[in-house]
Amino acid sequence: MSILEVKDLHANIHNHEILKGVDLTVNPGEVHSIMGPNGSGKSTLAQVLARRESYEVTRGQVLLNGKDLLAMKPEEAACEGLFMAFQYPVEIPGISNAYFLRAAVNAIRKYRGEEELDAMDFLPLLKEKMRLLEMDEHFLSRPVNEGFSGGEKKRNEIVQMAVLEPRMAILDETDSGLDIDALKIVAKGVNAMRSADRAILVVTHYQRLLNYIVPDYVHVLVDGRIVKSGGPELALELEEKGYVGWAEPGSAAAD
Amino acid sequence: MATAVTERLRNYLEAFHALGAEERRQPAWLRALRERAFARFCETGFPTTKDEDWRFTNVNAIARTPFQPARDARRSGAIYGDTLEACRIPGASCQLVFLNGRFAPELSDLGSLPQGVRAGSLAETIAQHGESLEAHLGRYVNIDRDAFCALNTAFIEDGAYVYLPRRTVLEAPICFLFISIPGDDPEMTHPRSLIVAEDATEASIVEDYVSLGSGVFFSNAVTELVAGEDAVISHYLIEREDRQAFNVSTLRTQQARSANVSSHSVLLGGGLVRNNVHPVLGGEGGECLINGLFIGNGSQHMDNYMLVEHASPHCSSRQFYNGILDGHSHGVFHGRIIVHKDAQKTDAKQTNRNLLLSDDAQIDTKPQLEIYADDVKCTHGATIGQVEENALFYMRSRGIDETSARSLLLLAFANECLDRMKCRPVREYLQDLVQGWLPGTSTAAGTDAARGGEVARRWEEVG
Repeated sequence: MSILEVKDLHANIHNHEILKGVDLTVNPGEVHSIMGPNGSGKSTLAQVLARRESYEVTRGQVLLNGKDLLAMKPEEAACEGLFMAFQYPVEIPGISNAYFLRAAVNAIRKYRGEEELDAMDFLPLLKEKMRLLEMDEHFLSRPVNEGFSGGEKKRNEIVQMAVLEPRMAILDETDSGLDIDALKIVAKGVNAMRSADRAILVVTHYQRLLNYIVPDYVHVLVDGRIVKSGGPELALELEEKGYVGWAEPGSAAAD
Repeated sequence: MATAVTERLRNYLEAFHALGAEERRQPAWLRALRERAFARFCETGFPTTKDEDWRFTNVNAIARTPFQPARDARRSGAIYGDTLEACRIPGASCQLVFLNGRFAPELSDLGSLPQGVRAGSLAETIAQHGESLEAHLGRYVNIDRDAFCALNTAFIEDGAYVYLPRRTVLEAPICFLFISIPGDDPEMTHPRSLIVAEDATEASIVEDYVSLGSGVFFSNAVTELVAGEDAVISHYLIEREDRQAFNVSTLRTQQARSANVSSHSVLLGGGLVRNNVHPVLGGEGGECLINGLFIGNGSQHMDNYMLVEHASPHCSSRQFYNGILDGHSHGVFHGRIIVHKDAQKTDAKQTNRNLLLSDDAQIDTKPQLEIYADDVKCTHGATIGQVEENALFYMRSRGIDETSARSLLLLAFANECLDRMKCRPVREYLQDLVQGWLPGTSTAAGTDAARGGEVARRWEEVG
């Protein structure tokens, strides 16, 4: 069974249609990349899949492991194995990184009928993932994302992903704003997560990240529709030629 | 004097005379002080909202209720075991218990304090060593400015007295527990406390106001805290009385050179609550922190009034207040800073942050800076907002359900204040207490049962 199945997905924000019929099937073990110009609806797709409520789905269906994703709340989607690394990770003053992540892990474990982890069990696991992403241990007790640099925030997203071990991971423009060193660390973290029963969807504007996280499939999203799909070579082609010729003239920016 | 008393204040006049007849044991200077204070109270009466310091708080409900002096509940023979247990801060060095404003030695735990330290009843101290109090008692609060302080001073009878000799360092906090036991008719108490900390002392003091039972009750408390040179004193006030209670409290601190005093106020209970914090930085190099958290719901009214007086050079003050208001509750933050003419190099900062959880909740926040020196740094800021939707979505996207996420965000907001509390037993006690009080539990009665597993877990920092 596919992990993610998107069929004819239409979505609006403020009565403005952004997604105009997206079809996408992602199978276990696969890494897909969605590429597209600004305003094409890439981030909207990621947000809709993560169940942000400000987007209104007007038509279509999305199945996560065969279950109706569009009927799920954000927390249910997460408990069902969906994870989105945010383009703009949110700062949460007053809650430590470690406390927050343990609360998340335990919420998911509880949903699955598994025993909750206490701090003693959880800490070594978290520290191991932080080492992978080359994050210093002092980030454990720092409030979530507060005062982190852009690169630290993105690495922290991947730490969360590594700890939560989703079946379907979505990276929403995780590469934006990263220098090459941070990009390599992030890619290393993501690649360590590639496995036969997990799928990853990399949403990006640039091909650069795909040098390090090599996708199995690349889809080009333009004006709310996937206009072309292919292998990793498609990303290189886009890098060379840009999106010129794909984007419809005058299409409104939306992301 | 009596001619000036209006019909409205008759109950106070009767109570004052009744107390006067009983308190012949008080020394002459104290009787004179009380007479003066009562005369002043009769002259001014209760403040109105026309008074700038009371603009946002209408005390008419207090003024028109004929409060009687509270019964001496010590003779009731009731058992207070559960209440005492729930209000005991683990690790405290001693707990002084007051029932309806009167010291109850049989309920108190005097612990074992170092030689020379005194912690006990003000009434007893007045009776036994009244002369030793003259230098401090009533020397700091301004009965001319504040009618409630005048009223309290007029009714000085009992409360807590703490004396810390030079160089005393107490790691464990000293706790005062004021239990009000409402009767059939509205009653009042005027607890008066005095804390004298000599030079180079270090201690934490907790004043905790609770109700046993429900009913109209008026607690009008005043505490004077004198901190000697290099003293490091923290004071904690917890208000968690019944929703029908009126609570007006004043903490007046007097700081000598290089003294460091922090005041932490946590307002949770009470119907109409006014907390005045009035530090005077009277010696060079003094520091003060005024930290507060107020959590209102229903029709609670919580007024936080601060008057920080920089009277000497090179002093710093920090005010941080966070408010969480739900239902129809009304919060007030009035932060007044006065920098006197000679208080050069003053560094004063004031921050008030508020979360409004309902459309009907209300906050009035007012900074008031009066600066008469020319080389100072004073800043203030206030924010009013709601629970951040982005943060909520972020947490939910990680699997945390909405109710828990909301509670966690509120807890985090409250923890900004609690984290500033240096005294660990008190901080941890308050973290538990506040967690039980936060909205999300509709009753806000301090029970954990209503909330989800993860949120009910003790707040802790890992690593």
